[in-house]
Amino acid sequence: MNAKRLEPGQVIDGFTLEKPLDPGGMANFWRVTRPDSDMPMVMKIPLMRRGEDPITIVGFEVEQMILARLAGPHVPRFVAAGDFERPYIVMEFVPGRSVRTFLERVPLAPAEVADIGARIAFALHDLHRQHVIHLDLKPSNVILRDDGEAVLIDYGLSRHDQLPDLMAEEFDDPIGTGPYVSPEQVLKDRGDPRSDLFALGVILYFLSTGERPFGEPQRGGEWRRRLWRDPVPPRRRNDKIPPWLQEIILRCLEVDPANRYATAAQLAFDLQHPEQVALTARATRLERDGQMAVFMRWLRAPKRAPPRPRTLSGLLAGAPIVMAAIDLGPEATGLREALAAAVRRVLVTAPGARLACINVLKGPQVLIDTHVDAQGRSLHLQRLVALKHWARALAVADDRVTYHVIEANDPAAAIIDYARHTQIDHIVMGARGSSTIRRLLGSVSAKVVAEAPCTVTVVRLPAAEIPQPGAMA
Amino acid sequence: MSDIHGNREAFSACLDHAAQNGVDRYVFLGDYAGYGADPGWVIDTVMERVTAGAVAVLGNHDAAAIANRTSGMNDAAAAAIAWTHDQLDAGQRDFIAGLPLFVEEDDRLYVHASASEPERWNYVTELYSASKSLMATQAHATFCGHTHVPALFHMSLTGKFASFVPVERVEIPLTPQRRWLAVLGSVGQPRDNDPAACYAVLDEARYALTYVRVPYDVETAARKIIDAGLPSVLGTRLFDGF
Repeated sequence: MNAKRLEPGQVIDGFTLEKPLDPGGMANFWRVTRPDSDMPMVMKIPLMRRGEDPITIVGFEVEQMILARLAGPHVPRFVAAGDFERPYIVMEFVPGRSVRTFLERVPLAPAEVADIGARIAFALHDLHRQHVIHLDLKPSNVILRDDGEAVLIDYGLSRHDQLPDLMAEEFDDPIGTGPYVSPEQVLKDRGDPRSDLFALGVILYFLSTGERPFGEPQRGGEWRRRLWRDPVPPRRRNDKIPPWLQEIILRCLEVDPANRYATAAQLAFDLQHPEQVALTARATRLERDGQMAVFMRWLRAPKRAPPRPRTLSGLLAGAPIVMAAIDLGPEATGLREALAAAVRRVLVTAPGARLACINVLKGPQVLIDTHVDAQGRSLHLQRLVALKHWARALAVADDRVTYHVIEANDPAAAIIDYARHTQIDHIVMGARGSSTIRRLLGSVSAKVVAEAPCTVTVVRLPAAEIPQPGAMA
Repeated sequence: MSDIHGNREAFSACLDHAAQNGVDRYVFLGDYAGYGADPGWVIDTVMERVTAGAVAVLGNHDAAAIANRTSGMNDAAAAAIAWTHDQLDAGQRDFIAGLPLFVEEDDRLYVHASASEPERWNYVTELYSASKSLMATQAHATFCGHTHVPALFHMSLTGKFASFVPVERVEIPLTPQRRWLAVLGSVGQPRDNDPAACYAVLDEARYALTYVRVPYDVETAARKIIDAGLPSVLGTRLFDGF
């Protein structure tokens, strides 16, 4: 279809062309309408320059195939696709700001970088859960809606874990966008969702320092350099970057995907809880690796990625975020032990799991000083200490467990809300023995089971161990 | 559905499954007989369906059975062909003799082994053999069997070939800009380490292909093979799907 002949008012397969938008590198975009729909829509039409440009043709095929299979708030809704004679894709028009516009203001404040990063990480996790790896994540491919949600666009290079990879055999050279391509993509491995986390690390680096960690390499040969040459630590470029942000960024930029965050959800978690980021040597270093270390990596750098047997869902399933909701009251001692045993069993089956220990401090959220005991000590702090004490028995590595005391009126709602906001995969909580009151009013665990966005395990004590009803408050 | 190989239990399980899932048209890709203990029933069933509008092509075991010719086959297969030959009646033999090597319908091609020299029964197992088949036809999508191992090959507009192992129950859009070669698994004798019968469904409206696995009563199928005096390995292999 010759783009030059398109004009406003023209109708293609029922879609009326309204006005052209800024063209992308490989396609023209038109706002379109259709009589039966109020939704703002855009039609993407591939630019066919002289000769056949494989990346345009195949990229278009890929986007047609994959966008139709994606759903949810982080992806533009697929409406229709044209056929071989007349290729096009019609999708939801996403209003908002491209992250590209933020580049004008770099370097941004750490809090803003973390906020943008967490939004993108949420979107990535949703994408990965739908079996898709984006593989071309960059500022111009992220739109932030007015309500703050990140929408990922342009799926021309993406890969669906359960569908044929149309792009894989097309090119001898690796494909992607120079500054953002991950080391494994350079080795032509298109099956690792952590490649998207690497690209996000590049974005965070750029937003917080104003510089690109690997420059803007043009050719494939220059892309290989990131396999052995680590980037200048961000704090060296901008000393306002706190150690936790450098820790997060450099972890995303690790050459070996196994050393990055296991999932986008875990990355989002750290970005949202900076005070809980476990700091390693990465956090404070100011120099790149020395020549010897770089040389050794260069020697060992493989020419091609090793074969990959894992699937995306297997990868995500192995790195869940588990939430343990703990009742710290004195009468629940036995239950807490049973809860610890249950959580231990869950963690054993998923070595990459992270644990969030939660306690709800019941009472109206009015003033900070409200929750103070008879001696004036903060209840909040006491509970935090008690949570850490409980978790000690589980022997989880420090960088995999976090503690939170939530002050709320409605414990069940607080737990559900927390689970939803931090992409919790599994809630483990206790339920006390039934009493008349609990049966009538409904227990916290029953409400969580009914409304939680994920798996819930409810731990009970065996009947013989439950204290008699009269003995409990 | 391809490579039913006289396996009544697997075939009826697949037909039931298809009926329950809204399939309204059937294509049979050959090898109705050979290896299994119910060649007559299978061929009769295929004949009924063809009368009702189904498509059927010839397989190498079918051709060998009516000619009672076993050159090029291993001992177990040869024994099965000889036994099968004696089971078939005149009507069934005539039906087989009248089957075409391939059928073209709209932009699709149905053939038992490969679009390239169909009478030579070439196996499509990797990119080279797949490329020969893809280059031998203008069809947008070719459907074949013969290997008993499900696989999907495709050729882009720029002439690049790639392969893919289909994931069960995941719908694969057969995009219009490239050519496709879908190798079906076997209904009656799977060989990809999964004993469940394999067939595939094409949604014509969305032009998407889904591979399906249907567990069936392997014990009965295997027992019948052994009771019929056929080589016991033909029965025991059904449990392993290999």
